[in-house]
Amino acid sequence: MAELPLIGEGAPRIDGRLKVTGDARYAADFSVPNPAYAQLVTSTIARGRIVSLDASEAGKVPGVLKVYTHENAPKIEGVPFFGKGGQAYQGFRPLQGVEIKHEGQIIALVVAETLEAAREAAFRVKATYEPQTPAATFGDGGTETEVAAEISKQHTDPKTGDADAALKDAAHVVEAEYETATNHHNAMELYSTTAHWTGDHLTIYEPSQWVYGLRAGVAGELGIPQDKVRVLSPFTGGAFGSKGTVTARSALTAAAARALNRPVKLLVTRAQGYTTASYRAETKHRIRLGADGDGTFVGFVHEGFELTSRPDTFLVSGTESTVRMYGFKNVRTKVSAVRADRNTPGFMRSPAEVPYMFALESAVDELAWKIGMDPIELRLKNDTKTDPITGKPFTTRQVRACFERAKELFGWDRRVAKVGAMRADGELVGYGAALACYPTQLAPAAVRLTLEGKGRARVQIAAHDIGTGTYTVLAQAAAGLLGVALDRVEVELGDTNLPAGPISGGSVATASSVSAIMKAAEAIRLRLATAATTSNDGPLAGKDKESVVLKDGRLVAEDGTGEDLTDAFKRLGVGTVEEYAEWLPDGVDEKAMRGLYNGSVKIVGGPMQDRTQFSFGAELVEVRVNPRTLSIRVPRMVGVFASGRIMNRMTAGSQVLGGMVWGVGSALHEQTEIDRRYARYVNDNIAEYLVPVNADIVHQEIEFLEEDDGEVNLAGVKGLGELGNVGTNAAVANAVYHATGFRARKIPIRIEDVLKSHLV
Amino acid sequence: MLPFAYEKPKSLDDAVKALADEGAVPIAGGTTMIDLMKLYVLQPPKLVDIGGLPGLGEIEETDDAVVFGALVRMADAAEHPLLKSDYPALSEALWLAASPQIRNMATLGGNVLQRTRCPYFRDTSYRCNRRVPGSGCDAIGGINRLHAVLGTSETCIASYPGDWAVALAAFDTEVDAVSRAGKRTIAFADLHLRPDDHPERVHALKEGEVITHVRVKKTPLGKASTYYKVRDRESYAFALASVAAALVMDGETVKDVRLGLGGVASVPWRAREAEDGLKGQELTPETARRAGETAFRDARTYDHNAFKVPLGVETVVEALMSAKTRA
Repeated sequence: MAELPLIGEGAPRIDGRLKVTGDARYAADFSVPNPAYAQLVTSTIARGRIVSLDASEAGKVPGVLKVYTHENAPKIEGVPFFGKGGQAYQGFRPLQGVEIKHEGQIIALVVAETLEAAREAAFRVKATYEPQTPAATFGDGGTETEVAAEISKQHTDPKTGDADAALKDAAHVVEAEYETATNHHNAMELYSTTAHWTGDHLTIYEPSQWVYGLRAGVAGELGIPQDKVRVLSPFTGGAFGSKGTVTARSALTAAAARALNRPVKLLVTRAQGYTTASYRAETKHRIRLGADGDGTFVGFVHEGFELTSRPDTFLVSGTESTVRMYGFKNVRTKVSAVRADRNTPGFMRSPAEVPYMFALESAVDELAWKIGMDPIELRLKNDTKTDPITGKPFTTRQVRACFERAKELFGWDRRVAKVGAMRADGELVGYGAALACYPTQLAPAAVRLTLEGKGRARVQIAAHDIGTGTYTVLAQAAAGLLGVALDRVEVELGDTNLPAGPISGGSVATASSVSAIMKAAEAIRLRLATAATTSNDGPLAGKDKESVVLKDGRLVAEDGTGEDLTDAFKRLGVGTVEEYAEWLPDGVDEKAMRGLYNGSVKIVGGPMQDRTQFSFGAELVEVRVNPRTLSIRVPRMVGVFASGRIMNRMTAGSQVLGGMVWGVGSALHEQTEIDRRYARYVNDNIAEYLVPVNADIVHQEIEFLEEDDGEVNLAGVKGLGELGNVGTNAAVANAVYHATGFRARKIPIRIEDVLKSHLV
Repeated sequence: MLPFAYEKPKSLDDAVKALADEGAVPIAGGTTMIDLMKLYVLQPPKLVDIGGLPGLGEIEETDDAVVFGALVRMADAAEHPLLKSDYPALSEALWLAASPQIRNMATLGGNVLQRTRCPYFRDTSYRCNRRVPGSGCDAIGGINRLHAVLGTSETCIASYPGDWAVALAAFDTEVDAVSRAGKRTIAFADLHLRPDDHPERVHALKEGEVITHVRVKKTPLGKASTYYKVRDRESYAFALASVAAALVMDGETVKDVRLGLGGVASVPWRAREAEDGLKGQELTPETARRAGETAFRDARTYDHNAFKVPLGVETVVEALMSAKTRA
């Protein structure tokens, strides 16, 4: 088979033109005949009961067709919570009773002739509640803390040796608590659902990271067969984990469309998106990290506390990653769930690693200062070739090479190893470093690949392009493997009429989809090669079929002899060859393929039976701090990553570059403010929920190291969508310490925190 | 948004007539009005679109004043050569406000009347004395990191969020307004009302009255002026603390000085006592810091905004030392 390069060409996005001209069709852009428009009404209390819902004024708004409340809403069966093997964002179903479990819970659905009428009517629905005092977050009366290992089948607490004993004898120990804030995804594209029935067949247009899951979820909730539902999501305008699971709105919209006998388009406002879909919950960490006199780690204890809702146990369990980062000899971990009256949290880009690695990578920096060692040296001293928990080897692990190259690009040697000792333009300068990582995960995938004699190819897979470049990298894979030009490849995604692709989550999409494409491409090659080599005449007659590859629009043998595709197809007597292929990751049995079609997720990776697989990176950050106001800015960042085969250096570069920007947001900006009296989100809009802007980060440099990993999967691809924003928050916090002496153990770092430390 | 009547008069006279209708409000750039209407915080029955009125879109220089038409766009004023050379604080305050898109839409007259960003004011499900008089204040005891520490009352702690008005407050500024009752001139210091017992009254304009011009009296203070803004991110964020500083120096000694404070007060804030204390003093970081401390002496802080006092003091120092480099 033709070889794909280790670092693929930086081909511009094949859908770029569609996007910049507005021709890319996002879910809410699809026009349906005679649509009605729907609007949600959401609760203004977080806990209690609805006493009454008065829709009389709403009903008087001209153009209103229907107001659904708990009294007349369609019955929704409810599919299981994602964390319990289902598809649902949360286990609790709104609009099925009077109980309020969280702020912003759906309490009515208004359908009208126009969006304007629906919005006005929604405002005029008046709810009366019998409120109860809610518990908002950690430390509030009424929260319940449970040990994860006791309540969750999926969770185990990784451990090895006797960490507590080892720490007793350690020469240097850091013992600290760290906190991360509540974050919301705030994808540019708002949530929406369009439901269109034709007879007993339903079409759903919805921005999605998992169209087969959405199909299964909606079918399950409506009690109809899955094959009666088609889901379309060809483009998704940002998702970051928020559009993976099935929220309550989808089936409600479909049920309303069925009852009203016309298509219904539901648009969710920015604020409603904060409470009717998922988010990254706040976390707390207790870390103990010890080293002997020369900096060799001897023990590591990581205890995590994660906020979750009353009905659902959602855990990210990031200790699974932190314990594998260094050669810890002794490890003890424990994760606890803390229940409060909140909507259920969910996946948000690098769900486990962003909060947990902040704690670890901050503690490593603290320990380096304590020992008096360069923080990168300390990391490299404790690099490991084997997983400290399982004892199995890492497939590839270029931590040292990443740091060495990053140091060079950054000019780390200029670092003065003293707090507050570096200045430029009257400002305090700080350098910070952190390790980035992400487990290499995979999921089953099926694909249909077509090659025409005229040299055109088509890839069909219900994978998703959530802004990541999936269209482009899958086209590159097909082009490279089938030996045709990139602009001759057409890619179809995001449609349940296509072969089932993986959920776009856990950074599985490229690795899994390309592996499936490789299987299909090999089948196409074999058909053409077999025909050409077993034929009685032609330039390839009698050659070894295994030596024949598709290249530059030709079928060629190793010695360069060959024939044009058109001739090869003529011999076969067809104009088109089409192959359907299913690919399963190592250790996944065939039932998982049926599961993929039925909306059940199987993701494997990280620690495996015989090996452990991760992507790694080194992130170095410079901060500048105004010595009077102590405001913090990031003039430059360097990221060097090793992540297996890179399909496209440009789209991959954009992913990790954007990831690091997000990492700065995590460190300095992003925080959903919660009014603890009411357990309500206060800054639920993108004017007040801050993310970094261009002016915040002046210069970024990204580099990928070549990495040939034949073990992780057929394609040698390690996912990197979630690699870039891991560790950045700690690198910023570590740089802030270097500049100011203020150790930020809570993020985002706010100006008041630094001020306070300087005033004391 | 609720349905509303819309009228687009061709002349200022017609606009004034149209604004005399009950509940009618003017709209120009719409960057605050439309936003708050979509949130149902404002529910005007009638909008009078003054955006296209002739004669209010110029910046003119008279013998003793710089006169801004109320319909000049923020972006245009920010780039005006006279402001950049002689009143940099006025240009910088506009540059550091909002985003390019908003600056291209928003007009100066509307900008000075920008409403607070208090989240409890902007969400009708909360208690807010400013929105519903007598209903209570959820910001007190709530999330009040961005709220005011100066000029608040028991009824309201919302901060004035704008930038340009803070710079205007540092100079001798007046606004011209017109209504059916005729024209009048209001001192800028009297335009914004502190909440006191009536936080629902945010400005001194009467029903149906509209700003036509903003006039800044010419002053040698303009040259050595600056607007310094501290915020959570580098662009498109409201001030945590901001200071408009203007100086006339006699060697190292302060001959005259003006200080406007933003992000920390219920209205665009002039720190007169701090100014008085500086006059005749040598300007050093230490004397500047004392002025800052004077400016915030009467600050009253809440759960999350106590940092605005030390931050505000340091911002005064930054602004004064920066203005001094221009003197």
